[in-house]
Amino acid sequence: MRDYLRAETLSETVAHLALGGWRILAGGTDLYPGAGSRLIGPVLDLTSVAGLRVIGGDPDLLIGAASTWTDISQAILPQSLRALQQAARQVGGRQIQNTGTIGGNLCNASPAADGVPPLLALDAEVELVGAKGTRRMALSAFLIGPRRTALQPSEVLSAVIIPQAALSGRSAFVKLGARTHLVISIVMVAVRVVLDGDRLREVAIAVGSCSGTARRLTQVEAAMAGVPLRQIAQVVRREDVAAALAPIDDMRASADYRITAATELVARAFAEAAA
Amino acid sequence: MIAFTLNGQPVACDAPATERLSETLRERLGLKGTKVGCDAGDCGACTVLIDGASVCACLTAAAQAEGRRVETVEAQTPTLTRLRAAFLRHGAAQCGICTPGMLMAAAELLARSATPSPHEVETALAGVLCRCTGYRKIIAAVCDAGQGDGGQGEAGQGDALAHDGSAIGQRLARLDGAAKVAGDSFGADEAPAGALVIMAIRSPHAHAAFSIGEMAEFASTPGVVAIFTAADIPGRNAFSAIPAFADQPAIASSPARFRGECVALVAFEPDATPDIASFPIRWTQLPALTTPEQAEAAGAPLIHANRPGNLLVEGRVRKGDAAGALASSAHVVAGTMQTGFVEHAYIEPEAGAAWMDADTLVIRACTQAPAMDRDDTAAILGLPLARVRIIASAVGGGFGSKLDVSLQPLLGLVTLKTGRPSRMVYSRQESMTSTTKRHPAEMQGRIGCDAQGRITGMEFEGRFNTGAYSSFGPTVAIRVPVHVSGPYRTPNIIAKARAVHTHGPVSGAFRGFGVPQGALWQETLYDLLADKAGIDRLEFRILNAFRDGDASATGQVLQATGIGPCLEALRPHWARALREASHDRHLRRGVGVASCWYGCGNTGLPNPSTIRIGITPRGEVVLHQGATDIGQGSNTVIPQIAAEALGLPVTEFRLIGPDTTLTPDAGKTSASRQTYVSGRAAQAAGAALRRMILRLANAGEGATLALDGTVLTIRDAAILRHLDLAALPPDARGYALSAEETYDPPTTGLDADGQGKPYALYGYGAQMVELEVDTALGTVRLLKFTAAHDLGRAINPTLAEGQIEGGIAQGIGMALMEEYLPGRTENLHDYLIPTFGDVPPVESLLIEVPDPEGPYGAKGLGEHVLIPTAPAILNAIRHATGAEITRVPALPHRVLAALPQQVLAALKGAP
Repeated sequence: MRDYLRAETLSETVAHLALGGWRILAGGTDLYPGAGSRLIGPVLDLTSVAGLRVIGGDPDLLIGAASTWTDISQAILPQSLRALQQAARQVGGRQIQNTGTIGGNLCNASPAADGVPPLLALDAEVELVGAKGTRRMALSAFLIGPRRTALQPSEVLSAVIIPQAALSGRSAFVKLGARTHLVISIVMVAVRVVLDGDRLREVAIAVGSCSGTARRLTQVEAAMAGVPLRQIAQVVRREDVAAALAPIDDMRASADYRITAATELVARAFAEAAA
Repeated sequence: MIAFTLNGQPVACDAPATERLSETLRERLGLKGTKVGCDAGDCGACTVLIDGASVCACLTAAAQAEGRRVETVEAQTPTLTRLRAAFLRHGAAQCGICTPGMLMAAAELLARSATPSPHEVETALAGVLCRCTGYRKIIAAVCDAGQGDGGQGEAGQGDALAHDGSAIGQRLARLDGAAKVAGDSFGADEAPAGALVIMAIRSPHAHAAFSIGEMAEFASTPGVVAIFTAADIPGRNAFSAIPAFADQPAIASSPARFRGECVALVAFEPDATPDIASFPIRWTQLPALTTPEQAEAAGAPLIHANRPGNLLVEGRVRKGDAAGALASSAHVVAGTMQTGFVEHAYIEPEAGAAWMDADTLVIRACTQAPAMDRDDTAAILGLPLARVRIIASAVGGGFGSKLDVSLQPLLGLVTLKTGRPSRMVYSRQESMTSTTKRHPAEMQGRIGCDAQGRITGMEFEGRFNTGAYSSFGPTVAIRVPVHVSGPYRTPNIIAKARAVHTHGPVSGAFRGFGVPQGALWQETLYDLLADKAGIDRLEFRILNAFRDGDASATGQVLQATGIGPCLEALRPHWARALREASHDRHLRRGVGVASCWYGCGNTGLPNPSTIRIGITPRGEVVLHQGATDIGQGSNTVIPQIAAEALGLPVTEFRLIGPDTTLTPDAGKTSASRQTYVSGRAAQAAGAALRRMILRLANAGEGATLALDGTVLTIRDAAILRHLDLAALPPDARGYALSAEETYDPPTTGLDADGQGKPYALYGYGAQMVELEVDTALGTVRLLKFTAAHDLGRAINPTLAEGQIEGGIAQGIGMALMEEYLPGRTENLHDYLIPTFGDVPPVESLLIEVPDPEGPYGAKGLGEHVLIPTAPAILNAIRHATGAEITRVPALPHRVLAALPQQVLAALKGAP
């Protein structure tokens, strides 16, 4: 087996993965920092795989897994993906955005992965390709826990799919940390809303860095349907937010603070999305 | 074979496919301009462009460059040329280690946005960390290079201070700047051919016994050349910043006393894959004393057998009757303050190389103190001083931590024992775990004033976690009581500071030697006291500010006291800021002020610098400049002083050093002493050489000198003389003419009550910050700093502003985000330092109250600039919200928890 292979097609990728033993490399922004002084192979490089950086499609929107954050932030996308584009502009610095990929962000499965809350709020699905075929699953099912996903060693995450139903509405992403740039967030929030006049019709809320994986706040969402915009702040209740999350005390913030901040940021994200 | 286009030229190399592109560029293709600061994409120093897009070369597989266009800082493009010039003009490069990354990120920006706004620059360059500049001058430089107007305002600031026709006061671009903007040669950038690669085995535990097993198998691993342990140290296996306290082994024998301590070395062949994972060592974790409280508890085990109570040193200053004064004071406040370990986080991890030159061991590494390195390394290796030569590389930031030796004795040991050249480059984690930190402090006490607001007395007690070994712990314990009054008349004081050993990282020197921690305590309490006395906080400080002739806490009668003028300079800014400090729903604005004073040079100890200037028979003026420039600018300021004293243009000077063989000892770059102490030596050397020339020419004091080829022309009203340098007999140093002078500050030691004249001069300053607190989240947004610093005489205003902005940036970090936690924040994404967006505009007010002891009146500035920042921020947070923060960093959850109930209640009522 070679130490390094740069695949050019998805079928070639899958054929190699079936043999086992590969680590997948795309932007390298998570793989290298975890590699110590040297990255030891065998490494299968996806960055030249045809079609893996495509963004588009109809009726569902497909984002190729090797799309970089810069690809995403510069693409012309519906308003409902604004949160994802805002997140894309806050992943590390420009250098990280130029190489880090959305697929890598999901497969790395950090509790603080910036791409996850916006995608959860979009009911995103992931497409996994293996020797036995292609399967699709909800992102929420794909992310099993911190640093754990449903990806099999013989599979590759090929695309993120936003179902047509989630392409409506507007969205916003808010990230909180102790400094301005290069933030590993204390809390991050993505919301997507579909308005009916000045009332909320559909609502999706996802919060990251406050549990092992980012979560949707379904109870809060249910409470918000039909609520007039000006009443959002009163309807987002701390106890509902707390019930949906499982934050921990760590060096960045206390668990209690995370709940307080998440509650506040949900209200602010709504205000921004609806503005 | 990997083939790509590098800076316009086709290249091919046989790097392993997944080798980091940064390593390929540096080690295989010889382009050392791309710097490595973290190998994790956190610092951006290794930024290069691939097909025009910025990437971290440390996260890029060499094979991913195949067929693509790679540009590095070595590229010659019109955009980079403009950027380089703008960086030099604005003083946007200090130490220079981040500069290549900044330049490349800026080049990408200018390609897509020709005239970017300051905000665009901030966002585009945010992936590159800088620890020196505070970012503002970089933003100005990039805007300027883009011919936008974003930087013009700052560029022109302070021009009124320029003194025509004199080298003093000139906004001279750094004399070593051309190298900085081209990718300077730091510790990792020069390696002799065939150099062995050294890796250290380090303790994973705070306190652990260890035994090294049978080494034969590991030693036979291909590529392993030699293994060294404490048993191989030929000399005294103990060093310290202060020789009398020497306690830290270069390589520890069991037990290891802190996480990250070096316990063995492995030297690898240069082409080997250095892997130490299978090194045969067995660890037995031992109970660790992690806090001073544990270390001082009755019956606590001793970390060093000869230091009872785990006490390293207690410093003490006592004057008058503090308790009595407080008892009869109209107003008294009491308070505590707690700080954590702070990491220097320079972008250059320690690095260097060693080789033998006949019998002499030569070590080239990053350092702040070449002569101390030589002394410690010689003692550890059992060599006479004459057999060790230390050459300082360019230094990618130091801030105090590169005063202590780190890898110098390790490089020396391997080269001495093997006879082969060697090199060693710390990983980011190694740099963070094994080198010194700012002392965590627990401080408490009381301050009183009379009914008119005049300070009556102070009681202070501080406990400082000095970690496993002494380093500069004694200095901290002594400096803090001397300075803890702040620059205010305090007739009665008792101040004590203990440096206590723990199994924590070694706490040592960090910009201010404990004084910034003390200032957090005293300056926040002065705000409480001013409120209690019903006096405006700035006016309270002006009322109590030292004036000429006042005696300090140590009984020293002060001269050239600039604190009053600094505080008074803030008055109009203060009045404006108070007017503008309004509250809008959850956003509350506040204004804070804090002062500093700081004695320059060693505390009551000898502290000489020696400078040599020679003119060669060929007419070249050579300055032997041994004061290491770690970014602060001694390579520019010392020549400016020397040129002024000699009377020849600074552009005629060629610099040599620092190099313990070629330059006389100019002491350590520490204690804000180089401009003052080495500056005085340079002034004296320049003046001595000038006297020699005038004597030869029989010319008067006011004569002008001019150098043209080998002819030195001396002219005054009466005479015109031409001195042919080539015709003069060379002196003992090989020069046509030369002079060497030493200056040692006139100080006295402190007595048992801390009374004496510990410093020959002090610098002063006061900073004011305007900020906004988000009371729903506890976050703090800084809006503006106004910083008035008395530096006696601004030798180079641009560099002085650079110090102020950079010191403020570090103070911001200390106040709001930085705390080093062993085992948890050993990288630059968990350990947070300020980024581009975290440093607001800084308006510098350069105050010049010349000190007769300083060169042309100049005082030190480098540490002063950090001291007031953090307390000013806490004072502004309290002004905005009423929150009294007594522990830094003031992370959002701590600020939120400190908000008074009425602020939270107001928030709930907000629309």
